[in-house]
Amino acid sequence: MLSVEAIEKIEYELTKYPIDQRQAAVMSALRIVQTERGWLSQESISEVAAYLGIPDIAALEVATFYNMYDTEPVGKYKITVCTNISCMLRDSDSIVHHLQEKLGIGFNEITADGQFCLKEGECMGACGGAPLMSVNNATMHENLTTDRVDEILKELK
Amino acid sequence: MATSKTTTSKMTAPVMTDLKGQTLVTLQTLKEKNPASLATYEKLGGYQQLKRLVTDKVKAIEVINEVKVSGLRGRGGAGFPTGLKWSFMPRYFDGTKYLVCNTDEGEPGTFKDRDIIRYNPHQLIEGMAIAAYTLGAGVGYNYIHGEIWREYEIFEEALAEARAAGYIGKNLFGTNFSFELYAVHGYGAYICGEETALIESIEGKKGQPRFKPPFPASYGVFGKPTNVNNTESYTSIPWILQYGGQAFADLGVAGSGGSKLFSVSGHVEKPGNYEVNMGMPFAELLEMAGGIWKGRKLKAVIPGGPSTAVMPAEAILGATMDYNGLSKAGSSLGAGSMIVMDETTCMVKTLKRLSYFFYEESCGQCTPCREGTGWVYRVIKRITDGNGKMEDLDLLTDVSNNISGRTICALGDAAATPVLSFIKHFRPEFEYYIQHGKSMVDGK
Repeated sequence: MLSVEAIEKIEYELTKYPIDQRQAAVMSALRIVQTERGWLSQESISEVAAYLGIPDIAALEVATFYNMYDTEPVGKYKITVCTNISCMLRDSDSIVHHLQEKLGIGFNEITADGQFCLKEGECMGACGGAPLMSVNNATMHENLTTDRVDEILKELK
Repeated sequence: MATSKTTTSKMTAPVMTDLKGQTLVTLQTLKEKNPASLATYEKLGGYQQLKRLVTDKVKAIEVINEVKVSGLRGRGGAGFPTGLKWSFMPRYFDGTKYLVCNTDEGEPGTFKDRDIIRYNPHQLIEGMAIAAYTLGAGVGYNYIHGEIWREYEIFEEALAEARAAGYIGKNLFGTNFSFELYAVHGYGAYICGEETALIESIEGKKGQPRFKPPFPASYGVFGKPTNVNNTESYTSIPWILQYGGQAFADLGVAGSGGSKLFSVSGHVEKPGNYEVNMGMPFAELLEMAGGIWKGRKLKAVIPGGPSTAVMPAEAILGATMDYNGLSKAGSSLGAGSMIVMDETTCMVKTLKRLSYFFYEESCGQCTPCREGTGWVYRVIKRITDGNGKMEDLDLLTDVSNNISGRTICALGDAAATPVLSFIKHFRPEFEYYIQHGKSMVDGK
């Protein structure tokens, strides 16, 4: 069941669209539920679809098309490192290697304690601060060095 | 509002670039303390143009003419004249017309609209409200790139401020003009920067581009007439009306009115956004960005994001930063996203990364793009894995030429451009990689 808080937030998003266009809120509704639950299970997606009164497949299509939705568990902190051209030119490789070594996981893996998950990201639109990474789709960390990565990991633990 | 499992970072990012030599139009609030606040924008004359148009009932055609005089061209990359686009919106329509702002900047190397929202959100809101008044749109959406989450929150906050101050909402300035504006977000799909994919996404669907025609002006959001412009375009509008279209045109050069935000990234000492007059020599812009880092030499520049052709140092060093200047020099201005590469850059590996990006981001709708981008990536990977064959270069060219022009949207062309231009300008590097199984540049 969707939580009261989630419903409140989804209702706010619905105010942005004509009343006969509830599907328009599916992007934010999925984001809201994912933020609350950590990832989107088939069940979560169906709950969102039911709430908006749209077919399950309509919500599932969206959840699987956009790459910031996670349809599998991701651990408590999902770290997405951009490796696209501007970051690559400023050595995002060293940031990736450092994270992988430090956490003992590769891309799309979760640490044994369930704390961290590592993802490779496409351009996040903040290339002036390359190399960079985002945590849980929300907090951007720019101008990374391996020391800065260590600090961030410590803050998250 | 939105919550995350980690504390949201407050807006502490310093202004990264030195403002000397810049012509601040869309980022004019950067000269002030608290640039993003409503009070700051009002101090600079903010929302006065909207108020004047609405209360004096200025005719739409007058506003459109002023925008035409300004020479403003779409800042999202296509460079279509904004005034002309506005004139395509049907004047009379029985129902709601829509306005959409495209802040879905996912073209690698592009990060200008993010700074507009961070430092001057109210000028964007006023620009959209002016467009809404001019085009008779009742509702607007600003679609913001999912990855820049903090900016989405900043924009929501700015909207609340503008609503409370009576700049958006019902019966503005005591007239019968109403305009509601909302923030919506993407969630990780480059393709949604394409305007019809973006419209699909606003409607809560997969971001797959629509066939055009019909164009958004006749069939856009929820099937209603819709005007779509880029963030920087809308943000230029209040300045154009305050100082005059001619003043804006005079900042630039023939064919390229105004100043423009250039996002400079890669191998420079001071990456960041630089708002400078159109027509500035590239060499001067490079100097503003601190020059090539570590005392190295310039090798190549992608001047407008990867969907524009890469330019070797000698071609870009003589070029000016405007539509005609870059087109004459063999590329295009795009969104003004300058990706700078120094002499240590391996062009084969760089192209591999770009090809992976287009493969990953193809929406899968058109076969030439869906299959072709994967094919291109696998062939380049074969080369960097040491298994390349000389005929692969012709194969890459052939596949790219068969993607280009054969798809619904421009992503197909965008995916082909880097392949064709990298091989054209740096062919010996590709041949070396194939012959030796390692890079000519870094030996690895």
